[in-house]
Amino acid sequence: MLEIKNLSKTYTNHEALCEINLNLKSGEFFSLLGPSGCGKTTLLRILAGFETASSGEILWKGKSILEVSPQERPFNMVFQRHALFPHLSVGENVGFGLRMKKVSQVEIQKKTKEMLNLVKLSGFENRKPSTLSGGQSQRVALARALINEPEILLLDEPLSALDLQLREHMQTELRRIQRQLGITFIYVTHDQEEALSLSDRVAVMSGGILQQVNDPYKLYSEPQTPFTARFVGSHCSILGKVMAFNAAERRLEFKTEDGQNWQGRWSSSDEPKLGDEVEAFIRPENWQITSLAETSLNQISVKLFHSIFRGAYWELQVEASENIFFKIHRAREAAMEFKVGDKFNLSCRAEHLLVYGRES
Amino acid sequence: MIKWTKLSWLTVVWLLFFLALPLLLLVALSFAQKGVYGGIDWTLNFVNYNRAFSWTHFRIFWRSVEWAFLAALICSVLSFGTCWILMTVRSNLRVTILGFLCLPALINVIIRLYALKNFVGTNGPWPQILDLLSIPYDPQALTANPYLVLIGFILSYWPWALLPLYASFERMDFALVEAAQDLRANFLQVFRHILWPQLKLPCLSSFLLVFIPCLGEFVIPDILGGAKSMNFGNLLVDKFLKSRDWPLGASLSIILIIGVVISFSFQKMNEERQ
Repeated sequence: MLEIKNLSKTYTNHEALCEINLNLKSGEFFSLLGPSGCGKTTLLRILAGFETASSGEILWKGKSILEVSPQERPFNMVFQRHALFPHLSVGENVGFGLRMKKVSQVEIQKKTKEMLNLVKLSGFENRKPSTLSGGQSQRVALARALINEPEILLLDEPLSALDLQLREHMQTELRRIQRQLGITFIYVTHDQEEALSLSDRVAVMSGGILQQVNDPYKLYSEPQTPFTARFVGSHCSILGKVMAFNAAERRLEFKTEDGQNWQGRWSSSDEPKLGDEVEAFIRPENWQITSLAETSLNQISVKLFHSIFRGAYWELQVEASENIFFKIHRAREAAMEFKVGDKFNLSCRAEHLLVYGRES
Repeated sequence: MIKWTKLSWLTVVWLLFFLALPLLLLVALSFAQKGVYGGIDWTLNFVNYNRAFSWTHFRIFWRSVEWAFLAALICSVLSFGTCWILMTVRSNLRVTILGFLCLPALINVIIRLYALKNFVGTNGPWPQILDLLSIPYDPQALTANPYLVLIGFILSYWPWALLPLYASFERMDFALVEAAQDLRANFLQVFRHILWPQLKLPCLSSFLLVFIPCLGEFVIPDILGGAKSMNFGNLLVDKFLKSRDWPLGASLSIILIIGVVISFSFQKMNEERQ
């Protein structure tokens, strides 16, 4: 439906987007995830028509839309700070797009009512934006964009200004509205939890480069680049040098500086050479706690440094050697038996240790 | 509840001595009479107001209003355009450009006015340009005419309109323009429905900040206007200093003050309505 081909954007001394290629399906909730300055908002603004691309192509139903003005694109945008018109009432804000299209007043009123009903703000027509809470403003911004029946809705970090509780509530609302209307949402966020919980597919971006596009589960469990592994979910990182590589099983053996051998799953697309420097990542929930007497694969002796109660689970911070700390997650009951200063072994399965070539 | 501090007392004393008392004196003077030898005869009546509401005074006042209005309008439009262009420039460059635009305001106004007079004078570059373009002109009227007064008003008061309007532009959220464009509004619709409703009040403030001082201005018309051009400010100066008719000057001043207060009240009412 929407194809982005080799799209690049270069400012005077800085490449904001580099050869972006994406295909968006109809009716999907698609997120652009990345840290500040990674180019996700630039990409969204190029899609909306507020910025021009330096090279590349955007095809909408097979036709290029790069030369089409923002007014004529079949997309609408929800802005980061809502951008509600302060001198207009909520009803006038929502009906603004239809008013510009010279739709009859009766029709505007009817549709405005429908939209406010959809975002659960019935009866707010005559309120001024300054009297609304953050969440209500966000809903008005959403209704104002949706009333034009866009084929794609572009959302630029719309929930970033809201507090945690409201953000979680609005996430559910966004998903409900997207499913109800069945239109494509392109959602920009730097919050990986938000992207994983909302989206059908997520594109991870860094430094203007698309790192990986996958569904949330694959993105979390099979990150293709060390950046994705580091950015999506928390992790522990181990550095070492390649000792052996089994290409058929993608299994790699590497040795850390302290002489310990580790076995992990080679997760980069290229082949490693013996002696190459590598970085391995493991999720906190993939560590197994074993007793000091046991010996197993990928084992490390640690001392419990600090434990944090996270509600559904305990986060144990352990010290592996001097100034090297790991995080591990344990179920509530299982963590109760450990005290600060306790020593035990940690181990992990080779398929849970994701190994990549070290970035220079 | 007002909390009175030493500083607030100082403000009260300052306003009492430099605003309230002179104003009271002016009001009292406007009801007194001109003495035979140029002094004040404190017989109080309304004669000065009868004299002030003469057809000649009204014509001078109306002409002053017209020129002040024109100067304020041009300054506001120029400022609006300048601010619009400034907003398209990188933010760190904006202040530098703004500084350069306001730089002439640091030079004494008299020096600037005489520089303008020399520029358009018989030995200046302006007549030479007119000669080059074969445009006929009256050499006598070059250095003293109402249009020159208007240019003088604009050059002197433009920063007064520019700076407050720039502050409003800086505060404005330009994402609103993009939001309106995203909702299918064309340039004219964006201006009419989004920009103007939010900027009309700052524009009016800019307008009044030029209009009010231009209405009472006497230095610029005196230097650039010549004998045939008289502003309301010049009329006041004449009454006070030349014909030594302080009571009539005072009554004309009171009328001007009332005019200014009405203008400000109009703006205030507008602000409150917003």
